[in-house]
Amino acid sequence: MARELGLTAAIAAAPPPITEAEQARAQWLAAQSWARWQRRLLPLLGAASLLFLWWALVAVFDVKPYVAPSPEVVVVTMGQKANVLLSNLWPTVIEAISGFALGNLIAITIAVIFVHRKSMEMAFFPIVVLINSIPVVAKAPILVLLLGNGMAPKIAIAAIICFFPTLVNMVRGLEAISPQAMELMHVLSARKWEIFLRLRLPTSIPYLFSALKIAASTSVVGAIVGEWIGSQVGIGALIIQATYNFDSALLYATVITGSAFSVLFFLTIRMLERLCVRWVPHPA
Amino acid sequence: MASAALPSESAAQTDTPAIELRKVTVRFMSPQREVVALDNISFTLRQGSFLTLLGPSGCGKSTLLRVVADIIAPSAGSVRVLGHAPVEARRRRAIGFVFQDSTLLPWRSAIDNVRLPLQVGGGARSSGGRSPEELLALVGLSGWEHAMPHELSGGMRQRVAIARALLGDPRILLMDEPFGALDEITRDRLNDELLHVWRETGTTILFVTHSIHEAAYLGRQVLMLAANPGRVREIVPINLPEPRQLAIRDTAEFGALAGHLRAILETC
Repeated sequence: MARELGLTAAIAAAPPPITEAEQARAQWLAAQSWARWQRRLLPLLGAASLLFLWWALVAVFDVKPYVAPSPEVVVVTMGQKANVLLSNLWPTVIEAISGFALGNLIAITIAVIFVHRKSMEMAFFPIVVLINSIPVVAKAPILVLLLGNGMAPKIAIAAIICFFPTLVNMVRGLEAISPQAMELMHVLSARKWEIFLRLRLPTSIPYLFSALKIAASTSVVGAIVGEWIGSQVGIGALIIQATYNFDSALLYATVITGSAFSVLFFLTIRMLERLCVRWVPHPA
Repeated sequence: MASAALPSESAAQTDTPAIELRKVTVRFMSPQREVVALDNISFTLRQGSFLTLLGPSGCGKSTLLRVVADIIAPSAGSVRVLGHAPVEARRRRAIGFVFQDSTLLPWRSAIDNVRLPLQVGGGARSSGGRSPEELLALVGLSGWEHAMPHELSGGMRQRVAIARALLGDPRILLMDEPFGALDEITRDRLNDELLHVWRETGTTILFVTHSIHEAAYLGRQVLMLAANPGRVREIVPINLPEPRQLAIRDTAEFGALAGHLRAILETC
């Protein structure tokens, strides 16, 4: 772009013909604005074509409503049962956000300890990997037995699911400092806590946000999986109920409600990232 | 055994030497073998001088700087910096260090990077010296105080790093191939600006390079190191007309000097 501008400026600086340069510039601007519109419109067009395909398949093959609903039925259901959907979304939101906060807070704390006490990392990291390798659906019943039927086991599952990616990324981020930066701090006689505050912590922030973006989506998954096992309320409970009742329209409406929250949560974290991390160029 | 003392130019120069190395040896251990990075290095550098260190890769140029800066402890021998142990010199902020990579903190603006030495390790020890703003002006970056590192070119980032190293008015400036990653045009300009900074501040500069032309143009003396193990090969005084300007690089005198250095380098 800069080259284009420079070229245009060079031509414009010369005496007439100015019109030719102006014309080239106008053409270039038009192409730019068209490209911008394309970037906005094409994703919408892609989504619309898939929605149409869904609608057409249900109509053409005469799919029964208890197998799969058509899109317009889902939309109508979302309107009619908005109260049920929202009252079940609320517990899931609380569980996911609490689990997110708890899991990440513990992960960050342990990462800081690991970075400063290598022996702790050597002693406990293998166990963390082991626990992480147990599938979440297998961990969930154990936690329900331990913590009862309330919100606690759901929050715990959401927290556990967030914990591992954040721990790994945070340790990596805190250690992602160049040897020269450490030498610089040494030459300046910086103390350990100063190195942590002025060097390690800021270096780790982009790594932390990569993990938080993963955690934003997975914490919702954790809360929903927790609700599958012995719960009366929540998106997860509603999914189970709708499935057992062959209420496919409600099932789809519930799934859409749950993912809408998940996307919103993710976008919030991404917005925070862009506010906090201004020194790393973000891809558009 | 290689040892040499740099000639003292005037008898009035009774100051403590800026840097004094006596029989310094540095060994690195590895499971396979023991590496001798520096072998029995001795030299004395008086205050206010500009010494360039030239040698093939692996001759321990960077290690030598790090011994002076108290980053690496010598295995044998003694190091005195302004008459003190290196650790003492470091704590007194007598040393500024410029790395090959600018090592700026990417989340800080240019001026905040220059301020870093005020904010860690108890701040700058000497109350005098130039302010961060004055230092940025000294390296030709006034108006760029609030630019972020990713908005600056490689040459400009290195200027910020030099300004940062000069904060607190250190008596000694150690530079480890600071312009090695820059293009030739930028490098030439920064060479001139470094000479300007040197004349303005009167600081002692120890400058590592693997460019013969840079070594000859900047240094009042060139310390030539031989590799495997790193040892002093020769100290070559550079007597070029002052103040130096880039044009002297085209003179026959400079060409002969560079040829002389190259000939020594081939025996290193």
